[in-house]
Amino acid sequence: MSTRTLRGAAAIVGVADAVSPTGELDTRGRVLEAAMIREALDDAGLTLADVDGICCSGLATGIAEYLDIHPRFVEGTFVGGSSFEVHVEHAAAAIAVGLCEVVVGVYAATPRQNRRRGQLAPSYGPMGPDVGGEWETPYGTRNPMTSYALAASRHMAQYGTTSEQLARIAVDTRRWAALNPRARYRDPLTVDEVLASPVLASPLHQLDCCLVTDGAGAYVMTSAERARDLARPPVYVLGAATGLDHWVISQMPDLTVTPGAISGPAAFARAGIAPDDVDVLEAYDSFTITALLHLEDLGFCAKGEGGAFVEDGKLGPGDALPMNTNGGGLSYTHPGQYGMFLLVEATRQLRGESGSRQVEDADIAVAHGCGGVLSATGTVVLGNEATL
Amino acid sequence: MTTRFEPTASDEAATFWEATREQQFVLPWCTECELAIWYPRLVCPRCFDTAIEWRETSGAATVYACSIHWKPGTGRAEEDGPYVVALVDLEEGVRMMTNVIECAPVDVVVGMPVRLAWEPLSDGRHLPVFRPA
Repeated sequence: MSTRTLRGAAAIVGVADAVSPTGELDTRGRVLEAAMIREALDDAGLTLADVDGICCSGLATGIAEYLDIHPRFVEGTFVGGSSFEVHVEHAAAAIAVGLCEVVVGVYAATPRQNRRRGQLAPSYGPMGPDVGGEWETPYGTRNPMTSYALAASRHMAQYGTTSEQLARIAVDTRRWAALNPRARYRDPLTVDEVLASPVLASPLHQLDCCLVTDGAGAYVMTSAERARDLARPPVYVLGAATGLDHWVISQMPDLTVTPGAISGPAAFARAGIAPDDVDVLEAYDSFTITALLHLEDLGFCAKGEGGAFVEDGKLGPGDALPMNTNGGGLSYTHPGQYGMFLLVEATRQLRGESGSRQVEDADIAVAHGCGGVLSATGTVVLGNEATL
Repeated sequence: MTTRFEPTASDEAATFWEATREQQFVLPWCTECELAIWYPRLVCPRCFDTAIEWRETSGAATVYACSIHWKPGTGRAEEDGPYVVALVDLEEGVRMMTNVIECAPVDVVVGMPVRLAWEPLSDGRHLPVFRPA
């Protein structure tokens, strides 16, 4: 059991705090957070370049974006004042199993200063300062669609990707939905029908966009040991990795490369697999362009070749790379945070429970989530007993 | 005046927004790295330095990505018609969200050179937008 203990696996190596006898500090918000991170790193003899994990009691994408860091571990649990102890527990576990090496946790709040400054200085909530409201929304953005439309625009200009190629993803995903009695849309779809649907934010058509539906899901995890005694065949986590990039799309370094280029290869390496080994791919399809970027970043084809890769129909039932086998966010369901459904469908496929849409001999499945506006990815490689 | 969601104003961008009252676009530069920073931060994200200097932009930029919004987004009015939301790369090496105005939306393409223009806001500030160069 020694491999399962946290004892001695991780340590706190630097600290900092800022307080004042007046009860009021001169700085606040991100500036104050940056100062604390700098001091704690100095205390540890480390630099920002060493940091590959970030913890805060809220949305960590804003801090990562502000400091222009791209961590592979993130912990944003908010449970009030005990958040930081919970973060330390999770960070220690992450370090213990090698998910990351240097994690920085940060907190800053200035209620007295904010009160004195009054209306000119609203308190920052867990989301941090309103970056979108200052630098993007004034231009009439319609998010998330605007951000994904811009990514599609750039991919088309840089690599010659076409609307027809993107439409093909919606068409193949609908072929899966046709086999799923619980899917929202099941009627056959053609490329022409996608192209004839209204353009809301060019170059995306309405049928390039995911659904808006109700939906809910859950999962249970336990040790491999206990799993073997339970009711269902275990679906093992063979590898998993995270990529964190930006909060708002205008801060994304390259609109054609998602943080999946970090989390995908890392998760595959941890699982000891290559893209060719994947039997079923559940890859977040908030928009057709989202799925196309995943295919490239996960290594199923080279960067820029996603359009050519999908155009001859590789992703549907009976095709070479079964993708989004429940009908995806495009045709099955999309309540807002679709990542849960990727895990549920991957698990069902590996248990062989997917009925008429069951992929034959499915041993390895990948659930690849993508949140925000191509902001953060989580790649999970799952396998059945045969893959151990 | 185009109907818009008016930008908030953060502490860290106070110098930027004040300068827009005179239609001046100033960018924060880290004097240590000699690199421009966008959006405005008072801490350099590369070296943690706080020696920030505000310098006026040349106003020259290139379209990096663009999208015609046929249906209005946040704050925009249907009667103002379709408009272009774009990311532009400023000559100084930073990228920002903007609108490209004063041309037919379908004429805006990736790689197109554009120049700084201004749209008034209700509180005396101005919003930087771009038009074909």
